[in-house]
Amino acid sequence: MASEPAEPLITVERLTRHYRMGPQIVHALDDVSVVIHRGEFVAVMGPSGSGKSTFMNLLGCLDRPDSGTYRLDGQEVAGQEGTGLSSDALAAVRNRSIGFVFQSFNLLPRQTALDNVMLPMVYAGVGHAQRVERALTALDSVGLRERARHRPTQLSGGQQQRVAIARALVNDPLLLLADEPTGALDTVTSLEIIGLFQRLNRCGITIVLVTHEPEVARFAGRVLNFRDGRLIDDVNQTPEAAA
Amino acid sequence: MTAWDALRAALDSLRANPLRSALTMLGIVIGVAAVIAMVAVGAGARDQVLRQIASLGTNLIMVGQGSIARGGVKLGAGTASSLTEDDALAVLSEIPGVVVTAPSVRWGLQIVAGNQNWGTVLFGITPDYMDARDWSVATGRGLSDEDVAQANKVVVLGQTVVRNLFGGGDPIGEPVRVFSTPLTVVGVLAEKGQNTQGQDQDDVIFVPLSTAKRNIPGMAKSNPRFIHTMVVKMRDGTDMAEAQAQIRDLLRQRHRLVAGQDDDFWMRDLSEVSATRDASSRALSFLLAAVAAVSLLVGGIGIMNIMLVSVTERTREIGLRIAIGARRRDILVQFLIESTTLSLIGAAVGVALGIGTAMGVAALAGWPTLIQTDSVVLAVVVSGIVGVFFGLYPARRAARLNPIEALRHE
Repeated sequence: MASEPAEPLITVERLTRHYRMGPQIVHALDDVSVVIHRGEFVAVMGPSGSGKSTFMNLLGCLDRPDSGTYRLDGQEVAGQEGTGLSSDALAAVRNRSIGFVFQSFNLLPRQTALDNVMLPMVYAGVGHAQRVERALTALDSVGLRERARHRPTQLSGGQQQRVAIARALVNDPLLLLADEPTGALDTVTSLEIIGLFQRLNRCGITIVLVTHEPEVARFAGRVLNFRDGRLIDDVNQTPEAAA
Repeated sequence: MTAWDALRAALDSLRANPLRSALTMLGIVIGVAAVIAMVAVGAGARDQVLRQIASLGTNLIMVGQGSIARGGVKLGAGTASSLTEDDALAVLSEIPGVVVTAPSVRWGLQIVAGNQNWGTVLFGITPDYMDARDWSVATGRGLSDEDVAQANKVVVLGQTVVRNLFGGGDPIGEPVRVFSTPLTVVGVLAEKGQNTQGQDQDDVIFVPLSTAKRNIPGMAKSNPRFIHTMVVKMRDGTDMAEAQAQIRDLLRQRHRLVAGQDDDFWMRDLSEVSATRDASSRALSFLLAAVAAVSLLVGGIGIMNIMLVSVTERTREIGLRIAIGARRRDILVQFLIESTTLSLIGAAVGVALGIGTAMGVAALAGWPTLIQTDSVVLAVVVSGIVGVFFGLYPARRAARLNPIEALRHE
C-alpha cells in the first residue's frame, strides 16, 4: 500500500540509548536510523535484548535517547544532545499523536469499557458529552459498542484487547504502537486482532507492532529486524491477509 | 485532568477497598471527634461558669476597708475603719450610673439554737444588699427597711446554717442567739451553692446593719457609721473601669487623701474574676489543640502509609496513565486529591461522631455541652491540610515513576 511519494511520519537518525549496569555500559540501541512513512504497517522483530523494546519506548516518547534525533510528523521530539520537548510536551504528544496497545491490555479493572476508552480524553481536556460520543464511536469501530457498560472482567481476552485498541484510537492518533498485542491471546483471537489492525491500517493509520513471532510479522508490509541494539534487516513484503 | 475527574478517580479507588479506606480514616475520625466533643464539653463547662459569674453580677463593684499604715507597717485589709455608711450614700448620689449601694459589716461568730451551735459568718446589711447580690428568700421574709431603721432583733438564715441548727425542721419564728443577743428567725435564704472558688455561699446569716452594730461587742466602738464593705451595683452596660475610677476619686476626696498617699480602701469588680476564667480556659484550649495535633498527626501518618501502599499497588495504572498522556502534575494532583478526600471524609465522619458524642455526654452524664462552630471548621480545615501534607510524599513518588518500569511492574 505504501505509495511512493508518501511523506515520512517517523524519521529516526543515529538513535542511541545506553544503560549503565554496574561497571558495564549496555548499548540497548546503537546508532539506528530509519524512516517510516504514513500508512505503513511495520513489524519490529528481534529476540529479547535485541533493542526492539527500547526502540518502541523511544518512538512512544516514554524514554529519551542519549544521542540521535527523532522527528514525528515533522516535529523534533528528541534532538541532538538534550534538545527536544519538555516532559509536559512529550505527555501531550503521547496523548494526541500516539496510541498504545499493550500485551496485557492494561485496562483499569473497576471501570467500564466506556470509562476505559474515555481515559485518554480526560487528559486531552475534552468535555464530558463529547467524551462519551467519541468513546462510543471508537468502541463501534472495534465492534464492541454493545459492551460499553461491561467491566474488563466480564469480557474475553480478545474483547479486552479490542477495548484497549479503542482506547488507543479515541484521540485520533497518527501512530499506533502495539507491543506484543497478541502475546496473551490464543491463535484464533490473535488472528482477529491482527485482522483489526490491518483494517485500521487500510483506513490510513500508521502501525508499528513489536513481536517476536514470525507468524504475526507476516501480516505486516514491512519488517524491521533488530539484534544487539542494531537494525540488521529492513524488508518490505507483501502482507498476508488475516481473515 | 479536571478536578472533577480527579475526584471521581479518587472516590473510585477508595471504594475499591472500603474496609481499608475506613480503617485509614479512623485516625482522623477519632482525632476530629475527640476535638469536637472535648471542646463542646469544655465550652459547656465554661459557659456554666460564666453564667455563675454573671449571676454574681458582672456589673457589681465591691469596695472594702483598706489597710492603715503605721510607720510603714501595713496592717492588712480591714484595719482602717475609714469606710462609712456616708461614703455609700455619697457614691449613690454622686456617681452616675449607680443603681444601688449596699453597705455591710461582717463578723465570724457562733450561732446558738437550743442545744445546737454553728460557726458561721454574720452579715449586717440593708435590704439593698440582698438585691445587689441577687439573694432571694426561700421561706419567710427578707429584711426590711423598717428592720434596719428600728434595729429589730431578727435574722435570716442561709440553708447551711438551717441544716446544721435545725436539721430538717422549720426555723421560722424560732429564737437563736448570737453572743448574748436573742434574735428571731424571720426567713430562710434560697440556696446558692458554691461560688467559683468553691466556697459555700449558703453558710451565712443576715441581720439588719443597725442590729449588728448595736449588739456585737467591740464593733463600731470608734465610729458608729463605719462599714466593712459596700457593694455598688451599676446600671447594665456601664463602663466598669470608668465607674471604678470615679468612685476612687470620690472616696479619696472624702477621706482627704493627698496625692501620693495610698488608697485606704480596696476595690474590685467581678469582671476580673471572669478574666481569670478566660485565662484558664485558654490554657485548656492549648491542651485541646495539643491533643488534636497529636491525633491528627497519627491519622496523617496512617494516610501516608496507605497512600504509599496504594501507589505501589497501582504502579501499572500510573504507568498506563502516563503512557496515554497524563503529565506528572496530573498524577500528583490525582493522588493528592485522593489523600485529601480520604482525610476530609474522615473529618466529616469525625464531626458527626463528635457532635453525637457531645450530645450523648449531655444526655447521659448531664454535663452541659456546647458545640463550637469554630472547632468544627478548624478540625475540618486541619484535616484537609493533613491530607495534602501527608499525601504529598506518596503523590510525588507516583508522579516520578518511570512509565516504562511502571508498565512492566507485576
